[in-house]
Amino acid sequence: MHVRELELDLDAFEGPFDLLLTLVLREELEPRDVDVADVVVTFVERLAERERLDLDACGEFLVLVGALLELKARELFPEEQVELADLDPEEAAEELARRLEEFRRIKEAAGWLLQRLEAENDRYFRLGPAPLVQRAEPSIAPQQPEALAASLRALAVEPPEVSLGHMGLRFPPVVQFLERFRALLRRRRRFDFDQEAAELTRLEQAVAFLALLELRKAGEIRIEQAAPFAPIRVHKAGTQADTEEGDSSWNVRSA
Amino acid sequence: MERPLRLVTSSPVDELARTLEALLVVASQPLTAEDLAIAADDDLVRVEQALELLGERFAEDRSGIVLEHVAGGYAFRASREAADACARLFERPVERGLSQAAFETLAVIAYLGPCSRPDVARIRGVAADSVVAGLVERGLISESGRDEGGAVRYRTTPLFERVFGLESLSALPRLDDLGGTTDEIRDRLEALAERRPA
Repeated sequence: MHVRELELDLDAFEGPFDLLLTLVLREELEPRDVDVADVVVTFVERLAERERLDLDACGEFLVLVGALLELKARELFPEEQVELADLDPEEAAEELARRLEEFRRIKEAAGWLLQRLEAENDRYFRLGPAPLVQRAEPSIAPQQPEALAASLRALAVEPPEVSLGHMGLRFPPVVQFLERFRALLRRRRRFDFDQEAAELTRLEQAVAFLALLELRKAGEIRIEQAAPFAPIRVHKAGTQADTEEGDSSWNVRSA
Repeated sequence: MERPLRLVTSSPVDELARTLEALLVVASQPLTAEDLAIAADDDLVRVEQALELLGERFAEDRSGIVLEHVAGGYAFRASREAADACARLFERPVERGLSQAAFETLAVIAYLGPCSRPDVARIRGVAADSVVAGLVERGLISESGRDEGGAVRYRTTPLFERVFGLESLSALPRLDDLGGTTDEIRDRLEALAERRPA
């Protein structure tokens, strides 16, 4: 007798036992839908038809049906293994049995509902709104207006003023740098802006650059930069063959 | 001119029955005897008498409209013999295509409710979120407060009782009475044992 070829006729499945196992392992059939008791009874009935007790078949069947039961139990309690593990084995077994029993009864209740619905299938009734008039029911408990006032008072307090202290940036005057650059150019024909600005803070550097642009606008200097982020060279206007050509070397990106 | 003295019972129950009939034909949900008494502005005992009268008048095999006591109230429905005609004209959006999972979830909520989605998942062993959402949409269950953990709890609606033709949830069979699967299995095994020579 081949256990794997045992023909089953269950609610959820009809076919040989090994196909059932394959479908369960491939998760194409929910173990919870498989009535294991029915499988066992079918096997025992098949076994009873034989003259001799087939011990090999019994052993094989026990292994397979044990695996199926384990799968089913695991699937029924997917997230509660830890909780069950806290109990001692006897308690855990009892708890499992209790829950299986609960689930079985709910499944039967679901079956009853299904049959009931089929039996009541020929009852048609109106569905839809015929809204009822609101009945005046002063069902609200006695209220305390003081409590409401207190809550409102708490809400009505003006929020603290937002501090703008961190925004008080002080800009050094542009003139300061204008004069400094003019003084420099009186002594030298050209200077390196980056060098001059190296000691300054970021803010001062920005103002110094504005001063540079001012001077350029007034035609007092000529600015050169070989490439973006390259050092900025400042020439006194009128030195060398400057004028128009020098302008093209300055572009927005250098700012 | 002085009005004649009126006895309390001067208006025959039949007249009240006509009023109740009118109320029930407008209603789209079962009305309790109390609802009807308030609307008809009449005595509860007389309303119950009138309902009895209507129950005899609107009965299966006697009328196309049947008065039924369902979902804690009284409602008119079509007679069962008109079911085929109704089926050709009307859709049944509430109960059509309920899945096995939906029946199990309904059973859990009907028997153990109000209970939360985690409660349902614990008993059924699988997440119940979409099934519960589907049942809410059909109107068979509705929210009913929250549990200690803050999870929304659900209970079955009067529509559930109406669709399943239950007077109330207490009309559900006791869980202990259900089944007999284990008994049946035991019987089959015992029968086998008897047939087998010792």
